[in-house]
Amino acid sequence: MTDASGNGTVFVPDFRSEIMPETRLEMYAAMTRARVFEKRAYDLFMSGLVKGTTHLGTGQEAVAAGFSTAMRHDDMVFCTYRGHNHTLLRGAPMDSLMGELLGRESGCCGGKGGSMHLTDVEQHAMGSYAIVGAHLPVAAGTAWASQERGTGQVTVCFFGDGTTNIGAFHESLNMAAVWGLPVVFVCENNLYMEYTPISSVTAVPNPAADRAAAYGLDRIIVDGNDVDAVYRTALMALERARSGDGPSLIEAQTYRHYGHSRADPGKYRPNEEVEAWMSKDPIVQYRRRLEEMGIAAADLDRIEEDARMEIDAATEAAKASPEPSEAVLMTDLWADGGSSWRR
Amino acid sequence: MATLTYREAVARGIAQEMARDDRVLLIGEDVAEAGGVFKTTEGLRERFGPRRVRDTPISEEAITGMIMGAAMNGLRPIGEIMFSDFLATCWDIVVNQIAKTRYMTGGQVELPLVLRSANGGGSRFGGQHSQSVENWAMAIPGLKVVAPSTPVDVVGLMAAAIRDPDPVVFLEHKALFATKGEVPDGELVDVLGRATTVRQGTDATIVALAAMVPKAIEAADILGREGINAEVIDPRTLVPLDVTTIATSVAKTGRLFTVEENPRLCGWGAEIASIVAEECFWDLDGPIVRVTTPHIPLPAADAIEDMAIPSVDRIVETVRTTMH
Repeated sequence: MTDASGNGTVFVPDFRSEIMPETRLEMYAAMTRARVFEKRAYDLFMSGLVKGTTHLGTGQEAVAAGFSTAMRHDDMVFCTYRGHNHTLLRGAPMDSLMGELLGRESGCCGGKGGSMHLTDVEQHAMGSYAIVGAHLPVAAGTAWASQERGTGQVTVCFFGDGTTNIGAFHESLNMAAVWGLPVVFVCENNLYMEYTPISSVTAVPNPAADRAAAYGLDRIIVDGNDVDAVYRTALMALERARSGDGPSLIEAQTYRHYGHSRADPGKYRPNEEVEAWMSKDPIVQYRRRLEEMGIAAADLDRIEEDARMEIDAATEAAKASPEPSEAVLMTDLWADGGSSWRR
Repeated sequence: MATLTYREAVARGIAQEMARDDRVLLIGEDVAEAGGVFKTTEGLRERFGPRRVRDTPISEEAITGMIMGAAMNGLRPIGEIMFSDFLATCWDIVVNQIAKTRYMTGGQVELPLVLRSANGGGSRFGGQHSQSVENWAMAIPGLKVVAPSTPVDVVGLMAAAIRDPDPVVFLEHKALFATKGEVPDGELVDVLGRATTVRQGTDATIVALAAMVPKAIEAADILGREGINAEVIDPRTLVPLDVTTIATSVAKTGRLFTVEENPRLCGWGAEIASIVAEECFWDLDGPIVRVTTPHIPLPAADAIEDMAIPSVDRIVETVRTTMH
């Protein structure tokens, strides 16, 4: 495998290891569920039911699917405002996520979070953070607690390429390396930090991988549109963290099908580039691979049909939920459930 | 009963809680091997070991972010930011992450953590190591704010802060580190949100915090000799704020003065003045007057730093002029 710049050593996961057919189907289902969820989020946004903003990870599903499938049930996930896929695939129920997007009482945060702050602590989806880079030290912190408490949990922290130029990235990588923390930092390099090519604002060609050496870490680049490659890389990094060998920094190269956020048509991206990446759609590619491996098309069709039924039911449930009432406006600032600042 | 310095009281309070609860850990720059640049954590590493008392690099975002993450995952961490001015380097983590996350997640995330820092002026350190920032923290929904003035309060409020299930910003005043006070033996646990009336009076209420408390008491003693009997209240915590104690005092005295070390605009005294103006207007016999640091960064030279920070003379003069 070569990286975008065509130079340097690149980590290659062990492709000889077999991935079980049921695991492959699980990952196909995961990517499909994420795709239909975000497509519905987009449609509901366009029809005015989802307000504010949305940042879709459409096209980047293989990263979330590969990792979530490789994780242990109690491993923790941190993600960004482009976090629908990660929260869903860590196990948050689709109807609670859709409820949150629609600003309903049934939302995973009761309507107080919205698209950019999806969180489901019960499923160990520890939150979507909308200040670039801020969640990296928090992820290092949960990993520190896992290390101190000996729980064997690994924290996985997803972020975009733009994060690699902010201070918190470097503070967190250094701390995690020095303390040998069980955390896996995953950069989803979709080539653009918001509207600007990452290459035009970064001193090195591979914004995450080329910084790894500064923290004594391996230079790891993976095809983020190949769910098998992501899965194998994830298994390696999770095992490394769980066995006490410290953090990893992984650069997953991928591409978002839409613009940065709902307001952005993405016109700054050359047509040829968009077309080249669209032809590497992680779900289309994977379906082709699975069929070549002899998995019946009908089985894959059924997965897609299940996902469509699930999103329809989740949408109806969210629409049926009432909007949050005034009674909750002043709750949950403090652990006592209230928000009083005076005695 | 023992006589402790304010700095020894910091270590005593932390040690009391670390001995009681294995989940309490302390991280920060120079807190372990060196015992803190202000010697406020001396002896803790020796007593509790290098894993529970741990030095960090100069990485304030990492310190604050990591105590947040650790609190999310079963620990009750304490983080130290060496000087409170440096909170500006990690204010995003404090304000956008630590303070907001419980509310934004509909109460899913509990953050029992303490963020300690050395606050305030009078040490001739100049503009970037001297500011009083308690009003910054007070302005943020989701943060509790503690700023004790005596060793006994340091111990009891530290314990209360560590046991509190919410994030607490605990500001230790640099100018008080060498001051001494009596501290009872045994476990001390105070209550957040309870002000102390540190001097009884009938003619005027002076609300002062941290290093301004001893100055307000001295000023009240001088005023007392002139026939103005002032009551001095130390709120001790700004969030939660003990409005009841202040309002009750104003009902008795009819006068309110605040003595604040933070710069003039939006200092904590402005909020207290606003509350009293709204809720105790008919108890007042005169204007509410604030004594503050002017709206400037603190200068380094002792001659002019002393002019900037409220002094005993300035408190006396302000009360005297207003009462005449």
